[in-house]
Amino acid sequence: MNTLFEVSNLKKNFGALAVTNNVSIGMAAGDRLALIGPNGAGKTTFVNLVTGHIKPDSGRVTLSGEDVTGMRPAARVQRGLIRSFQVTRLFPDMTPEEHVALAILQRDGKAGRMSGHYSAKPAVMKEVRETLSILGLIELSHLKVREIAYGQQRLLEIALAMALKPKVLLLDEPAAGVPQLETTRIERALDQLPKDLAILMIDHDMDLVFRFATRVVVLAAGTVIFDGSPQAVTKDQRVREAYLGSYANAGSAA
Amino acid sequence: MALSTQSTTGHGQAAAPRRTDRGVIGAAAIVVFGTAGYFVFPDNLALLTHIISTMLLVLAIDLVTGYCGVATLGHAALFGAGAYGAGIAAAHFGITEPLTMTLVGVICGSIAGLISGIVVLRAHGLAQLVLSIAVIHLFQEAANKASAWTGGSDGLSGIMPDAVFGRFEFDLFGQTAYVYGVALLLVTFVLLRILVRSPFGMLARGVKEDPVRLAAMGASVQSVMIRMYIISGAVAGLGGALSAISTQVVGLDSLSFTLSAETLVMLVLGGTGSLYGAMVGTVVFMFFEDTVSAANPFHWLTIVGALLIAVVLFAPKGLYGTAAAFFERRSRAGKGRDGA
Repeated sequence: MNTLFEVSNLKKNFGALAVTNNVSIGMAAGDRLALIGPNGAGKTTFVNLVTGHIKPDSGRVTLSGEDVTGMRPAARVQRGLIRSFQVTRLFPDMTPEEHVALAILQRDGKAGRMSGHYSAKPAVMKEVRETLSILGLIELSHLKVREIAYGQQRLLEIALAMALKPKVLLLDEPAAGVPQLETTRIERALDQLPKDLAILMIDHDMDLVFRFATRVVVLAAGTVIFDGSPQAVTKDQRVREAYLGSYANAGSAA
Repeated sequence: MALSTQSTTGHGQAAAPRRTDRGVIGAAAIVVFGTAGYFVFPDNLALLTHIISTMLLVLAIDLVTGYCGVATLGHAALFGAGAYGAGIAAAHFGITEPLTMTLVGVICGSIAGLISGIVVLRAHGLAQLVLSIAVIHLFQEAANKASAWTGGSDGLSGIMPDAVFGRFEFDLFGQTAYVYGVALLLVTFVLLRILVRSPFGMLARGVKEDPVRLAAMGASVQSVMIRMYIISGAVAGLGGALSAISTQVVGLDSLSFTLSAETLVMLVLGGTGSLYGAMVGTVVFMFFEDTVSAANPFHWLTIVGALLIAVVLFAPKGLYGTAAAFFERRSRAGKGRDGA
């Protein structure tokens, strides 16, 4: 197995509290990994450490063999390490079309251009429409983001991540705040992503997690307590104790 | 579903040219108002030219404040750098060709933009505001101390620009200076209009609206802001150069905190984040100031203050911003009715 993305011995303390304690996770191209754990287990902190939004105390993050631990978030993005945010981070006064167009231009290194308008570029517009269609946002493409519903803003987060053509995609609770019906859109969008892309998803919706993931990592109190198949996770005693409880029971009952 | 998708796409194709039209309307408005000003106020052309040079400074502030969200009370440093640059070039180096003087002003403004950008962008929010105030005071003190070059508190005089294109002398009535100013404003407006609509302009708006999201797209927030500061410096420097050429003196007030603050007020009055807002705010403020100070020399500042409070309270998006939002709502409501 060829490791595309590797996190080794990542540590972060907030004061005396070890929020990330010696976490190591490796991912190969094509991996579909779910990172789960109770609230406060350090899942979002893990994503923030990996993407460079927080500096780790020690440990290494490598992407395609390159050490990116000391790089700024933007530099990691340029190398294909893309994330979505747990709480939507978008530009409230821009339209979905502008968001996706900007992501595409930035990905292609053309966002610094000081003349021209994206709508005059057929290739960009085609990709913008395709991306927005996949997420069912095409009819909202000219509304400002602050005028559209939160669930649809969540979908736009996914659209942006897709437009950036990631190698490794970190999705921090993509379905949080998304109505049940729209969740299928997210799943369909994820299905359409290239198969060689590695995806790590954090989510509390266990149905979604079990449909999506081929591998599950459980984080509790900043430590990895389980790393294995979705079938094995419900049977794992430590996981049951730490967190799953009701889900595992529900699973065995069904 | 298919139908509505089609209609949205149709709207999208119509939207882009419509925005271009608005740019053409803006350029046409500059020509129309510029021409009208020439004939309606022939005795006040010096004031009108002064308004144009100030307007360039307000546009420059809008680029960093309105588009990038940078808080600054020190932007006159960029204007003053342009004014002194053009003035010193003429008074000390004999560079009296007006286009060259203008270019010198633009370059000096850009350099001042780079320097103050590096300082001001180190911090955020209140600390940023304080740094910008420090910058303007340092610039002013530097100009005051270097009196051999700048004339210090007496001001820099002896600026005698040649005729434009060797044909149009700068006359006593300020006709040439005014036409030159309108031409500079028109060119600047067209270039800025292209800039703010460009991908780079979108990056700048992204910096203002959510820098974390912009970085998550792989863009360098700092680099966008520094580039915008340099461009802003060029525009402010252009305004400074125009001021030096048209008035033929440069004083320390062109590098003052007062000018920085007053021009920021003009921008807020007109509405931030729009080139039209910057221009409308400047014209309204300066005309109002001129009229009121003539009508009531003792209490005019009170009246200006009252106007500002009224605008901030009742039209927080500024005069242009509020009007634009009103018409946008109306046109949307109209479309809604058509659709129903």
